[in-house]
Amino acid sequence: MNIVVCVKHVPDAQSERTFNDSDNTTDREGVDGLLSELDEYAVEEALKLVEASEGEVTVLTVGPAGAADALKKALQMGAHKAVHVTDDAIHGSDAPATSLLLAKAIEKIGTPDVVITGMASTDGTMGVVPAMLAERLNLPMVTYASQLTIDGSAVTARRDGDTASETIEATLPALVSVTDQINEPRYPSFKGIMAAKKKPVETWGLGDLGVDAGQVGLGAAWTKVDSFAKRPPREKGEIVTDEGDGGTKLAEFLASRKFI
Amino acid sequence: MLYVYVNVNTNASMWKRAPMFELSQDHEEFRALVRDFAQAEVAPHVAQWSKDKYFPTDLVPKMGELGLFGLVVPEEYGGSATAEDGPDFTALCVAIEELGRVDQSIGITLSAGVGLGINPILTYGNDEQKATFLPDLVAGRALAGFGLTEPEAGSDAGATKTKAVRDAGEWVINGAKAFITNSGTAITSVVTATARTGTNDDGSPQISAIMIPSGTPGFIVEPAYDKLGWWISDTHGLTFEDCRVPEENLLGREGDGFKQFLKTLDDGRIAISALAVGMTQRMLEECTEYAKTRMAFGKPIGVNQGVSFQIADLAVMLEASRQLTYRAAWLKDEQERGRRSVAEVKKAASIAKLYSTESAVTAGRIATQIFGGNGFMEEYPVARFYRDSKILEVGEGTSEVQRMLIARSFGL
Repeated sequence: MNIVVCVKHVPDAQSERTFNDSDNTTDREGVDGLLSELDEYAVEEALKLVEASEGEVTVLTVGPAGAADALKKALQMGAHKAVHVTDDAIHGSDAPATSLLLAKAIEKIGTPDVVITGMASTDGTMGVVPAMLAERLNLPMVTYASQLTIDGSAVTARRDGDTASETIEATLPALVSVTDQINEPRYPSFKGIMAAKKKPVETWGLGDLGVDAGQVGLGAAWTKVDSFAKRPPREKGEIVTDEGDGGTKLAEFLASRKFI
Repeated sequence: MLYVYVNVNTNASMWKRAPMFELSQDHEEFRALVRDFAQAEVAPHVAQWSKDKYFPTDLVPKMGELGLFGLVVPEEYGGSATAEDGPDFTALCVAIEELGRVDQSIGITLSAGVGLGINPILTYGNDEQKATFLPDLVAGRALAGFGLTEPEAGSDAGATKTKAVRDAGEWVINGAKAFITNSGTAITSVVTATARTGTNDDGSPQISAIMIPSGTPGFIVEPAYDKLGWWISDTHGLTFEDCRVPEENLLGREGDGFKQFLKTLDDGRIAISALAVGMTQRMLEECTEYAKTRMAFGKPIGVNQGVSFQIADLAVMLEASRQLTYRAAWLKDEQERGRRSVAEVKKAASIAKLYSTESAVTAGRIATQIFGGNGFMEEYPVARFYRDSKILEVGEGTSEVQRMLIARSFGL
């Protein structure tokens, strides 16, 4: 079974994330980046599936030069090869353009048995790319899987809602996005770090994918950031002094904020 | 995986610039991995483990999965030392430093697990002994101890009183060992103990190393010690009462036990030095953060030179300790490849160990002073680190022994 996992290099949530002043795009230069933590679950699930049978895991990303670090981490975890789609014209691309590039790259790789993605990126957190990608590749789509089994030519996934879970099935090839409940991603190992250095990483530009520069980038984006502002400093908390009526005051406060 | 050497000939002059010395990118990536692991798997639990004096058995196989126990072990036993690259002692030091930065007991568990548990078997074991024990030790499914120290014999290993006598194809062992790390965990598989097996021609005791599997009748693991520090680390006294093991459990050649243990100590000294670097690194981080945030008289205490100069001293100690430690580790890796002499490694190991460990104790004292009353409280990690630091000046040869060895290298 061959699997393609789509991953994203995102600004570290632990650092001071911001936007670029010039064009309101995400600042990817000034902060440390890493493999989106939600994508680690996708990589782990792919590795488990391949380890249980056979085949290869290819990790795919779209992003600037630094995004190669996300691929490296996935290769260190055990993925077999990587594809990095990068081109100056891609800067500022939104979800439709990203899904177009991913779809073209997956077609070039050769459609696998399964495409696995995280449920969303930890920076944009839109969570729409998996659906757009499935549509572009004309694949059945199973999103938010918290459990996954593949048997012969079908994939079975559990999706957890607030009050109930459903189990659905799709035929292969299919696209699956997974939640952070599906597994416990492994750490890379020392051997993994050393082995990753010898694994193939291909770098493709727009020309390799037959995509026109006008189809991607900030100019082609359906959505854009109008403005951004620093998060206001947290307001001072309100201290409720208990004078025998603490419980009532607390309830009143919560009710005033519509918590109860 | 070796060091990056930058050796540049400038066009402007015929002067050759001195080689630069730093860790390779591989080592730094590995450092980031171990740091992530330590932050996620160790840091959240360590205060409780310490309070409970609890040895986290479940952590050991996780460390094994990361490859920490296999950095100097060939691939055939599950390690990462390839025929091409060979063992990477420097990487082991990086791992010990990073674990030690989060908790010293976890750092020593790795250091002892490899240096005292795995190394003697790897270096002196025959094929069968290696195949029997190494795969589990490398995977972290098991731990092994090395029983050298006795109640009345430390660095003076010639004074070893434990005796092993041949009887009907078996060794019969009697005696006692003291302060043996990783000897009593739920996954301890074997302890290699030194014992007198006879007398040499010159009348000195003949010392051999014998492997004693856990659970062997007559192998008694005494209750855990009450220690000043290293509360998470597993340390026991051992007693052997007519303990019988097959003759084949001899490790290495009969009578070579003394020589074998000396080599074990050289590596161990560099590893302890790395552990000390982890401690000083953490003290610098803790003090810097505290000096910037702790207010006194309306200002952060770090604006006072009485505080900031001490932090500057910590930074100097850290840099010097780090350089000495990783140079010694590099020499050790080079010596494995026949490019440096054993004497060079020994001297560098003693110098690094002496300076780094004494610096770590000083760092602990400075940190607890900067933290004031809070430094005396278990709520802050500096108290635990200060407690843990003292043993660094003692284990694997005291500071005095290191000074003796360094002086001896000058013919004194």
